[in-house]
Amino acid sequence: MAGAPHVEGASIAALATGVAAKTWKARDLVEAYLDRIARLDKKLGCYLLVDGDGARKAADAVDRKIAASETVGPLAGVPIGLKDIFVTRGIETTAGSKILKGFIPPYESTVSARLSAAGAISLGKLNMDEFAMGSSNENSAYHPVHNPWDLERVPGGSSGGSAAAVAASLCAGSLGTDTGGSIRQPASLCGVVGIKPTYGRVSRYGVIAFASSLDHPGPFGRTVEDAAALLEVIAGHDPCDATSIPQGPGRYREASKAGLAGMRVGVPKEYFQTGMDAEVEAAVRAALDELARAGATLVPVSLPHTQYAIATYYLICTAEASSNLARYDGIRYGYRTAEAASLEELYVKTRGEGFGSEPKRRIVLGTYVLRAGYYEAYYGKALRARRLIADDFRAAFSQCDVLVTPTSPTAAFKLGERSADPLQMYLADIYTVAPPLAGVPALSQCCGFTRSGLPIGLQTIGPALGEEAILRVAGAYEARTDWHKRLPQDP
Amino acid sequence: MRSVRTGKNRKKSGRTTSKMPRIKPEEVREIAGLTRLGLVEAEIERMTHELDGILGYIETVRNLDTAEVEPMTHAVPFDCPMRPDEVGQSLTVDEALQNAPRRRDGYFEVPRIVPGTGEA
Repeated sequence: MAGAPHVEGASIAALATGVAAKTWKARDLVEAYLDRIARLDKKLGCYLLVDGDGARKAADAVDRKIAASETVGPLAGVPIGLKDIFVTRGIETTAGSKILKGFIPPYESTVSARLSAAGAISLGKLNMDEFAMGSSNENSAYHPVHNPWDLERVPGGSSGGSAAAVAASLCAGSLGTDTGGSIRQPASLCGVVGIKPTYGRVSRYGVIAFASSLDHPGPFGRTVEDAAALLEVIAGHDPCDATSIPQGPGRYREASKAGLAGMRVGVPKEYFQTGMDAEVEAAVRAALDELARAGATLVPVSLPHTQYAIATYYLICTAEASSNLARYDGIRYGYRTAEAASLEELYVKTRGEGFGSEPKRRIVLGTYVLRAGYYEAYYGKALRARRLIADDFRAAFSQCDVLVTPTSPTAAFKLGERSADPLQMYLADIYTVAPPLAGVPALSQCCGFTRSGLPIGLQTIGPALGEEAILRVAGAYEARTDWHKRLPQDP
Repeated sequence: MRSVRTGKNRKKSGRTTSKMPRIKPEEVREIAGLTRLGLVEAEIERMTHELDGILGYIETVRNLDTAEVEPMTHAVPFDCPMRPDEVGQSLTVDEALQNAPRRRDGYFEVPRIVPGTGEA
């Protein structure tokens, strides 16, 4: 026994190997992370709920199995965190909203069940923008998350807690969801790896719905291999999700180490026009040079409908959200207003008091664009534009294997800096909204730091079912650079 | 894409706005009623202003020629999957009711909707 494990900066790969080799116990890992959470999370705000007892119990069960030489899963003893959008049986799940305060799900999401079956141990539920609506985590109904690299800055969103917790070593890996960038943008702003898989690759069963045709669950890890290891466990067909695709999971860990020899990397010119911060552009261009040195061929390509992506995205996601959020009525679960004389009043007061301003704004906009008379001009138009955007990707992938772009036009911004103007917040999603519209997989990883020490994100986009391709490129880039080894100072 | 950091492109994208329906406070008030959001007047005023800016930006996509384009509702084409019609595991009544803010006699409880006598 090697004593207490040092978990700061530890990779999933190293932790799982250590547990399997009996270098340390799963329980020791859990205690080490719980200790860090107790000391540091007051300043970061990553967790909405810490399930210390549940984590200890699960760890002891793993340790008993290992002591008895029973077979354990590939993630045995690895402490992880779950975005609070994944329903967890018996554990409060709120989606960052007051309207679900106190909701104790009677069932478990497919992906959290798969992680448990693989031996991973959930430390608790991670903070997020309410119903995954936001790019800064400031829309959490509970408290904001602070970026571990600079506490005055946002971690990104909506999976801000999931990204910040991995960056600050408050869990070894985590799950988030990505609808318009909600995994990749916080991964970029926190300097970790986040993957939005192909639509349908990872089950949405038990994932609280925001925009069903765009919601993609996916993993966060400190390294490309870590994120790949989580994806390998959560991917694959699920009969409980009608949009789940039949393909089984690929060999993602292997792909992350396979190298990129002979690959063609497309550089879409529309993602390098003005509006990008100069330091971000310099870092991304340097990363492209590094990929070329690693043996990739850089190919200029065009995604001509890029300028329509944000408008298309916000039309579709608000339309779907207005429908999905109609279910919160104060009757079957969640928040209910204290007193209401009529059913009508019960609905109005419950929803008025329970929803924050961003869900309200999106419900109104989504209802507006679906109204008779406006439907074809707004929603119908967006569905057609969506096809043009998806066709752009198809055309580009006839010339290259992956696309490499920035993830976010800027590094992390300050808390409060953009929260007064929702449109400005939406416009910063420019590089992340198109892949979910097309359903293609995309990954963000760190490719440098600004002079003030903030991480910069590099996005790799693949064709549908092309997770292995993006993991090959991202893994090869990581193997040639040291950015992922930098850790933020403990707050 | 032009500037993503400033409000400059709002003016550009708003060039056809005079012809297009933009949102008015009455419409926000009406939608707030339809969606049972219980917005107060200050919220309606603020939201009208915000949505007007967002809809102005959205005009960019309304000028796109999509006459020959089929709508795309999902990223992956799929047929509605079928399964055998067999009874599976489902929630018990207790489990289904355990999160209800108010329940009575195995049912969800709501305020009276039909006027009448007896226990309210």
